[in-house]
Amino acid sequence: MSDFWRRFRRNRGAVVGLVILALVIALAALAPVIYPGSPWDMATAPFVPPGEEGMLLGSDSLGRDVAAGIAHGARISLMVGAVSTVAALLIGVTLGAIAGYLGGVADDAVMRFTEFFQTIPSFVFAILLVAIFTPTIGSVVFAIAVVSWPPVARVVRAEFLSLRSREFVQAAEVLGKSRVAIVVTDILPNALSPIVVLSSLMVASAILLESALSFLGLGDPNLMTWGFLIGAGRSVIRLAWWMSVFPGLAIFLTVLALNLVGEGLSDALNPRLARRRAGGAL
Amino acid sequence: MVLSRRGLIAAAATAPVLMRASDALAQGVAPRRGGTLQMMLTPEPPVLQIGVNQQGPTLAAAPKMFQGLLTFSKTLEPMPVLAKSWTISPDGKEYIFRLQENVKFHDGQPFTADDVVFSIMKFHMELAPRARAIFQLIETCEATDPHTVRIVLKQPFQPFLLMFDATAAAIVPKHLFDGRDYRTAPAVQRPVGTGPFKFTEWQRGNFVRMDRFEDYWKPGQPYLDTIIYRIIPDSQSRRLALESGQVMLSQASDIEPFDIPALRQRPNLEVSTDGWQYYSPLSWIELNHRVAPLNDARVRRAMSMAIDRNFIINRLWFGVGKPATNPVASTTRFHDANAKIAAFNVRAANELLDAAGFPRNAQGVRFTLKHIPLPYGEIWTRLSEYLRQAMRQIGIAFELESTDAGSWARRVGNWEYETTINFVYQFGDPTLGVERTYVSTNIQRVTFTNTGGYSNPQVDALFQQARNAAAAADRQRAFSEVQKILVEDVPQIWLTELAFPTIHDKKLHGVITTGLGVHKSFDDVFIAG
Repeated sequence: MSDFWRRFRRNRGAVVGLVILALVIALAALAPVIYPGSPWDMATAPFVPPGEEGMLLGSDSLGRDVAAGIAHGARISLMVGAVSTVAALLIGVTLGAIAGYLGGVADDAVMRFTEFFQTIPSFVFAILLVAIFTPTIGSVVFAIAVVSWPPVARVVRAEFLSLRSREFVQAAEVLGKSRVAIVVTDILPNALSPIVVLSSLMVASAILLESALSFLGLGDPNLMTWGFLIGAGRSVIRLAWWMSVFPGLAIFLTVLALNLVGEGLSDALNPRLARRRAGGAL
Repeated sequence: MVLSRRGLIAAAATAPVLMRASDALAQGVAPRRGGTLQMMLTPEPPVLQIGVNQQGPTLAAAPKMFQGLLTFSKTLEPMPVLAKSWTISPDGKEYIFRLQENVKFHDGQPFTADDVVFSIMKFHMELAPRARAIFQLIETCEATDPHTVRIVLKQPFQPFLLMFDATAAAIVPKHLFDGRDYRTAPAVQRPVGTGPFKFTEWQRGNFVRMDRFEDYWKPGQPYLDTIIYRIIPDSQSRRLALESGQVMLSQASDIEPFDIPALRQRPNLEVSTDGWQYYSPLSWIELNHRVAPLNDARVRRAMSMAIDRNFIINRLWFGVGKPATNPVASTTRFHDANAKIAAFNVRAANELLDAAGFPRNAQGVRFTLKHIPLPYGEIWTRLSEYLRQAMRQIGIAFELESTDAGSWARRVGNWEYETTINFVYQFGDPTLGVERTYVSTNIQRVTFTNTGGYSNPQVDALFQQARNAAAAADRQRAFSEVQKILVEDVPQIWLTELAFPTIHDKKLHGVITTGLGVHKSFDDVFIAG
């Protein structure tokens, strides 16, 4: 473990990312304490510039506190990112494992099915799904999960394909372990590192997707999110730049942080790869 | 045959040219010939043939090419256009219109009474549902000579004249439509009317061009050489076009409300919300009375009292429009200023709900209602967000549901909603534009009927009485009575009298002179040097 941490630390960007991410999580956790009450409440006059009348980041067109919106929005954005990634992982890992371990007809069937999803542009597909199921937090998470699982399935399948012919798997088969047990206890733990790296990037893209949906007015209308804040501020950007700039910064920093952390994880989990990369840089 | 009061006024005003010119002189500027007026049309309509298309943009642009028999002043008194005078029999059943002579269509054919009869009895009767509902009351409509039209109604109908504006019943050329399918006739693509401007060119997605009609029947008019409607889909680009002087006039929802304050500051621009008296759109929270507890008048009254309408006007619409006071807009005829909804008072609203037996639970919520924001643009979403916070103050949780415009119309039409937002044109008279929302005989699975399902025999009877009465005073009595009942019952929660700003360069004169604002012919509009 300390070895892992040492390798992670070597990537300075990853540490910065981790700190930012920790701050965002802390903001989300403390939002009800810092900004008690609803972020939808009209706290002051509309269009108050940042820093005036106690509005740290200004107020929006209804006099709502932008800072409160960002703090409460962090909860929704992180939650959507996490839940939809978990859902996408469940689908992707299951299908990828089946395809990679069984091979043959099952592999073909699962991969054609995956390709079917990959050929549809994911954002357009997500819009379509949310529009069909009416925008609620559930349908948004569902739509993001549905469009994000195919890469997971492909990565997991590739890992399984290479691992299933290794000696330790053959040994387990000879020992008479059931297939499910082999997949779960022998192969999966060894395929975990690319999945971990991939999922940190998936959280980032899920946050972006959710923001884009909310920006287009396809978010849950009862929940304050970053995308909603930008969407509401877009049309008045000449009047109140702060309404779109600060939530935009929040998304930018969070997504950047997740990407940096992802890279750090990748370095830490693949020491040989990291060393080669470092060597190349010298 | 006795000349009615209104007929006399009209006969006295048979010199519209002189009148308009003197109007302009009163402003201190003499009309000037020449110039091109560039405006905007949002969104681009499919066709500009009025009747075939009745959407807002068509209603604004088509009257430059088509005219009606009448138009209406800001107080909704009829003014002559193609009819130079008219008389109404004392029993209110017979209408005789004397038409302007020497009027030509853009293709050179003369305009006669036959065109009027055709337009009313065939063209609009077939194409326009609103016109059909009223023209069905006509027993006979005939041309007694080439310049006289006589209409006899089955029963007196006092708001009848309001149907003769260009936007309600434009006069179309019989020789180009009769015997053809009105929707596919060649004239639909190249409109031909009697208006001051004739259709020249339409580049889809770019602009519509109309040029001065040299044979226009008012001598010396129109003043402008050319009108160009630019199609600019993005609202910020429209604002820039206006600010840079590329266009000289914006209308309807060309400009977003939040851009208005900045445009008001510009010294060369005039911002006016006048000229919507004929339409007088009124917005409200549409309640479905089939959903408990919305069938309880105390609940509806409390909800109405929890809303700060001044906040909506000042903060959301940036001062454009007025708080609604009752179901009849203050600019519509027969509005009774004495009938007023209860004032904004959150404490009284809470007490009313407590007394009505709706206690708050541990979270402070009395009951939850679903709410569909009107999907007509961002401002309506903001309005629903405000209303959700306003309702929270009296312990009612509004749960917002998003839909698109098509689903909104379908769900409201099928009564599949709890609360939503709606706004409806009043067309100058409560019988034409208000009655439909409140009488039980109009509970239909169609949008803009009594979709809420409100039913009150007394209200039904009063609206019926007002519809059938021939005298304005009798109608006023019935309408005042019904307004008094409705403000107590609050069948729908009226929010604002909407207004649409017309913004134009100060060099442009004579833009808003009637109750229809930019929906007029523009034959008296000119650009001062």
